[in-house]
Amino acid sequence: MDKLLLIIKREYLTRVTRPSFIIATLITPLVFVLFFVVVGFIFSYESDDTKKIAVVDESSILKGALKDEKGIFFKFENQSIESLRRNFKSSGYDAILVLPPIGDLFSKDYIVYYYSNGQPTLDVEVHVKDRVSDALRDHKIDQLHLDRKQLEALNTSVDVEPEPIEKGGRDATSLTSAIGAGIGFIMGFFMYMAVFIYGTMVMRSVMEEKTNRIVEVMVSSVKPFQMMMGKIIGVGAVGLTQVLIWAIMIPVLMTIAQVAMGFDAEQQMKMSQGTSNLNPEDTQAMIIAAMAEIGNVNWWLILPLFVIYFLGGYFLYSSMFAAVGSAVGDDMGEAQTLTIPIVIPVVLAIYIMIKAVETPTSSLSVFASIFPLFSPIVMPAILASKPPAWQIITSVLVLIGTSIFFVWLSGRIYRVGILLYGKKGTFKEFAKWIFYKE
Amino acid sequence: MDLILDLQHVVKNYDKKIAVNDVSFGVPRGSIFGLLGPNGAGKTSLIRIITTITRADGGKVFLDGQPLNSKHPEQIGYMPEERGLYKKMKVGDHLTYLGRLKGLSAKDTKIALEYWMEKFEVTSWWNKKIEELSKGMQQKIQFIATVLHNPKLIILDEPFTGLDPINTNLLKDEIAELSAKGVSIIFSTHRMEQVEEICNNIVLIDQGENILNGPVKDIRNRFKLNRFQVDFASEWAGTMPSEFEVIAQNPDSLVVGLGKSGNSTALLQYLLGQGVQISAFNEIMPSLNEIFIQAVEKNHTIVQA
Repeated sequence: MDKLLLIIKREYLTRVTRPSFIIATLITPLVFVLFFVVVGFIFSYESDDTKKIAVVDESSILKGALKDEKGIFFKFENQSIESLRRNFKSSGYDAILVLPPIGDLFSKDYIVYYYSNGQPTLDVEVHVKDRVSDALRDHKIDQLHLDRKQLEALNTSVDVEPEPIEKGGRDATSLTSAIGAGIGFIMGFFMYMAVFIYGTMVMRSVMEEKTNRIVEVMVSSVKPFQMMMGKIIGVGAVGLTQVLIWAIMIPVLMTIAQVAMGFDAEQQMKMSQGTSNLNPEDTQAMIIAAMAEIGNVNWWLILPLFVIYFLGGYFLYSSMFAAVGSAVGDDMGEAQTLTIPIVIPVVLAIYIMIKAVETPTSSLSVFASIFPLFSPIVMPAILASKPPAWQIITSVLVLIGTSIFFVWLSGRIYRVGILLYGKKGTFKEFAKWIFYKE
Repeated sequence: MDLILDLQHVVKNYDKKIAVNDVSFGVPRGSIFGLLGPNGAGKTSLIRIITTITRADGGKVFLDGQPLNSKHPEQIGYMPEERGLYKKMKVGDHLTYLGRLKGLSAKDTKIALEYWMEKFEVTSWWNKKIEELSKGMQQKIQFIATVLHNPKLIILDEPFTGLDPINTNLLKDEIAELSAKGVSIIFSTHRMEQVEEICNNIVLIDQGENILNGPVKDIRNRFKLNRFQVDFASEWAGTMPSEFEVIAQNPDSLVVGLGKSGNSTALLQYLLGQGVQISAFNEIMPSLNEIFIQAVEKNHTIVQA
């Protein structure tokens, strides 16, 4: 047992002390935060590009509608269009905007004309469209003698509010499934990355040991199974270390960035507003409600389960990577071919997870949450929708059992593979190796 | 006889192939024992069984009187033919790791390392990475890893490959020193001239079988052709009587085969009687190389028959 610990220690220390690890671990959060900072800058960027636009208002009602804003300056001219166009070069204007007379009040279209040597830019276009359509709306309401109050009553916002059947049951809000989905997605991608990054790390390490022949010396002192487990656990610990550092660094750096850049909640909402149509008050309410929901989630159940699924999935997949590594030596191409069958279930699981989050009780979701190759990714995603206890228990037991089985199976392949050189690692060979006596 | 290692009717199969076919031999304690044989003979399979890397399919192996068990690797040092070390590890860390894996405590490892690294004059390499060392230096490190834990039995598989003459000599001296201290050494090779120089017992494995086995002296005697070489101080061109089979005759030397009943004293007396000025009179003992070739060829014809 202490030999296993020695191996784990070595596998862990040689990796975390490596400069490439330290740099990668520290730089990734920095890059991540930098990205957000730059995006923030981009969104809050106030263009220094000014536009001077001459406006000819033939409608005579839109005069007040177009206000100067954000580098766009409107000047209402009494000149005719023709004279403006003739004197355009020397006028200092960038464009001439013509607002034609308003015809039929019931007409659904209204075209304004933008005379310039180029296209109207998006900001000008949006600004003009919005302001003109607002002014037109007001004009029509007045002209048609409509009641403003009655018009506003027309729009109602509908909400679906979940309620428990039994009195006193947990009262969720519509946010719960969104939160659950969010958590699930995070967990799913986390698992995906873990399998890829750390699983392949294990495989490459096994291949290297085989290539540089340290294997024979090692196996004369320790059992192959100890070598394999030591490596899997050691690499897993490296992964955990990296993730923990990120989990601490990223929020800290984000906060520092926000403080340093003078970002505050308002700016952040402006950012998200650039992409949505909510007004500030609604967004704020949503965020507060979301935080409350997160607090409401049954963490005491979910966190341990996350850990179980993570460990189960990691051991299951990384042991397969170790087996592949033991069979291929230094042929990276062959290794990649053999890893395809391992990786396919992982990718499938991601797709199933996305669907399962929408319909957590469908038979596909239930099946995938129990099937051990999919469950580490799918089950965490649907945990927030509270699947029945039997489903969770079955899933956990199946996963643990299968992980142990796969680790054992891979161990049998590994112990033969690492000492065999020149044999092609086909699946038929794998099958033979499983049954080789010691 | 006091045997450090005793193999009895060991069998090992791989797939459909028989790698080790009922092999039995003993390694006397404290000897330098040659494990010889052509490529593919089964030497590596045997070594892997002895070092507990693989398990025999039949037969028994005894280390120091005990049936081979999982505690034994700590008493065995093994330097495989394919040298291998973790390239990116530092020398000191690596040797410490290997020492600890052999069951040494942290403290004992440190003491042993200090001794050996000083002995080989590599103390300054403690913080160097393995990949920074030359091949010969890496082999020195590998050797230290093999003997660090004070094993009773050391197995060296082609240890001299790639070593320059100075390092080869160093290694030979080290082997001799260890042997003098009572450590048993199994030396596997197909370089017979190296075997001649250092081994006192051998076993010859061919096609998975033990075809020759015993102390080197006895084996030489077994294979000797009773030939004698006489070197002349001054040239002589006389004829030899028919009772002496002349194998080769030069003005300055003579090789005579005496056959089974031949008497070397008679030959000497005859030559002295002829007034030959003799500078040297030696029995020609077969080289292990010749014995090896002879024995293997004989084994192959038997098999073919």
